[in-house]
Amino acid sequence: MYGFTGLFFLLVGFFLVLIIRWSHAFPGEAIPLIGSLLGEANHTANGIPPEFYNQLGAMHGTIMVFLGVVPLAVGAFGNYVVPLQIGAPDMAFPRLNLASYWFYAAGGAVMLASFFVPGGAAMSGWTSYPPLADFAPDGQTWWLVGMMCLIFSSLLGAVNFITTIVQLRAPGMSWFRLPFFVWAQFVTAFLLLLAFPALQAAAVLQGMDRLADTSFFLPSGLVVSGERLQVAGDGNVLLWQHLFWFLGHPEVYVLVLPAMGIIAEIITANTRKPLWGYHLMVYALFVLGFLSFIVWAHHMFLTGMGTTISAFFQATTMIISIPSVIILSALILSLYGGSIRFTTPMLFALGFMPMFGIGGLTGLPLGLAATDIPLHDTNYVVGHFHYLVAPGTIFALFAGIYHWFPKMTGRMMNETLGKIHFVGSLLAMNVIFFPMLIQGLAGVNRRLWDGGAIYEHAQPVLYLNVPMSYAAFGLAFFQLFFIANLIISIRRGAVVDTNPWQATTLEWATPTPPPHGNFAQPPRAYRAPYEYSVPGAEADYLPQGVELEGRGAGTGTNT
Amino acid sequence: MTHQAHAGVDVIPYTTQVRPDTGLTNPKLGIWLFLASEVMLFGSLFSAYALLRMGAPSWPDQSATVSVPLAALNTVILISSSVTMVMAWASLKRLSLSKYRLYMGLTLLGGLLFLVVKVFEYTDKFSHHLYPSTNNFLALYFTLTGLHAIHVIAGMVVNAYLWMPGTKMWATEPERFTNRVEIAGIYWHFVDLVWIFLFPVLYLL
Repeated sequence: MYGFTGLFFLLVGFFLVLIIRWSHAFPGEAIPLIGSLLGEANHTANGIPPEFYNQLGAMHGTIMVFLGVVPLAVGAFGNYVVPLQIGAPDMAFPRLNLASYWFYAAGGAVMLASFFVPGGAAMSGWTSYPPLADFAPDGQTWWLVGMMCLIFSSLLGAVNFITTIVQLRAPGMSWFRLPFFVWAQFVTAFLLLLAFPALQAAAVLQGMDRLADTSFFLPSGLVVSGERLQVAGDGNVLLWQHLFWFLGHPEVYVLVLPAMGIIAEIITANTRKPLWGYHLMVYALFVLGFLSFIVWAHHMFLTGMGTTISAFFQATTMIISIPSVIILSALILSLYGGSIRFTTPMLFALGFMPMFGIGGLTGLPLGLAATDIPLHDTNYVVGHFHYLVAPGTIFALFAGIYHWFPKMTGRMMNETLGKIHFVGSLLAMNVIFFPMLIQGLAGVNRRLWDGGAIYEHAQPVLYLNVPMSYAAFGLAFFQLFFIANLIISIRRGAVVDTNPWQATTLEWATPTPPPHGNFAQPPRAYRAPYEYSVPGAEADYLPQGVELEGRGAGTGTNT
Repeated sequence: MTHQAHAGVDVIPYTTQVRPDTGLTNPKLGIWLFLASEVMLFGSLFSAYALLRMGAPSWPDQSATVSVPLAALNTVILISSSVTMVMAWASLKRLSLSKYRLYMGLTLLGGLLFLVVKVFEYTDKFSHHLYPSTNNFLALYFTLTGLHAIHVIAGMVVNAYLWMPGTKMWATEPERFTNRVEIAGIYWHFVDLVWIFLFPVLYLL
């Protein structure tokens, strides 16, 4: 349920950005074929009007992050894989789980419906900065209501995940026998639990500004459309930014950590080696989770908040890159000396690492005030975080789908279609996002309806918009291979036994689909999660839940 | 994944029994986690209060704008209802359902009285043309107390359920029912605690 709804919203969000890309490459030109489907208000002979462009931008971000990636990474994979990997019969609170799903579905429905209210959907960016958002049409109120639903969903989910992992681990499943994916979900749940309420508070305040005419975010003497606003004033626009980014930055790690968890599972199964530095990676996760709460103002260097505060947030931002580098390095080192199986999920995992690396490294200049100020709000920023989220996190999600599909359905996905999907997506995404870095360094701002055409300084790099957009349409074409693969494989995929990858973790030790209560016999963990290629063992993998005696019984811990 | 557990091997463990190595039942851990997120919610709003007040060129005299006596009365009412909530749980521990009904009823009454006083406070403000839009103090006052009142109402809905229809469980699973009342109590005390912070911040400071 979560999975299909999440994939649906990914597709919706992707569709929105295709229209944006058309407008960037061919501003003022009508969109062929589908243009007329957008309605008269949203599409004319001169392409899409700027008002609609703004809605697309705001809703692309919102839908991709809150309705697509998070529900897939946490809702779908987390819900399905975590109880299986820890040997639990179900999540700790099944009814809360259901409530969480329906809050999510309601939030999604509200967001989609907001396109049809007068004035259209939210158009103040996914960050909804006031004072602009305070005066936006009604769609912004819908956005706030939708976000509230999504926040409730995440909070209930987070409570459920933490309780499940703490309480429902099977006998023998001690903390350091947890698969890395479970650790990643555990830290992610804490981020959701403690960061999201800040946005909840901010949404309440913005709702009051919009509906009860308060001035939480409206300073005195604000002039809108040439008229002085008749409000009480004395508000603070930066209050919103602080509250929003207090959520916003941990949210980045909500997108990233489950992806790292998925990649760790796939790498170990396909290199036939234990995870390199398992303990170190877990500690790094916790440092990452903690630090993510004290870096938020690096999104706000441009607000002139003073050098002392800037220095603090620069320092924490530089420090937080250390645990990220540790985890990524450990994943890369895990490849060393392995006999790698180049399966489709492994290809996506291998693609993830350099792409995520580019995303991370391009983030460093944004973490330092001196370099961030000229780059702020340019396409460089867009390129940077898309490298993290698209060929980073979304690749990890694809990898996870290919990896766990046989667990969910008992059938394999088609390898040929999968490999075409991988190669096409990798090439297309790089052609889309790399030029963004170039444009951004040239000073081209983001969120421009015409892709920067009216600006003198954008002219030398404007030509890049056309190949970027063609690559985006190409990316859409290659997703057809994935969709076709999904549909065909559910019905006709090669039938496999319960453990087609010969993996060690507990989810592969139960029949497919898992019976009522997840396991036929009460599971028990006898050793660390990634006991591959143990010297003296009969096979090159020792499942976590199989008892062995004497030689080759495994070490019990990863070293 | 299933959404209901039948009796048998697949019942979710530790819903009522304590897990030995963690010392917790699932619901107790769950409610504390939930309250952690509530702390962040109200913490964010208190931070907003601090930021706006520090940045404002002038701030109204709070205790002259809002009614300290009514708020003090409400503080007494809410603390008393927290006490009766504990008594309700203790009655179940002593296996007396009738005493439980009495104390839970008193807790509900406390919540109701609190809300009635709140309504008087609000209507008094409105009659003096003091609205959330008047100034940022009143905006914060209505937002914070309003959000708190919603929490009171939510707690009352749960308590009302446990007061009457929910007692069916007492006949079949007394221990589980007692735990439920304890969990509802933890939440109720939290709502009380938020008010203990709201009272000085909004009325006295």
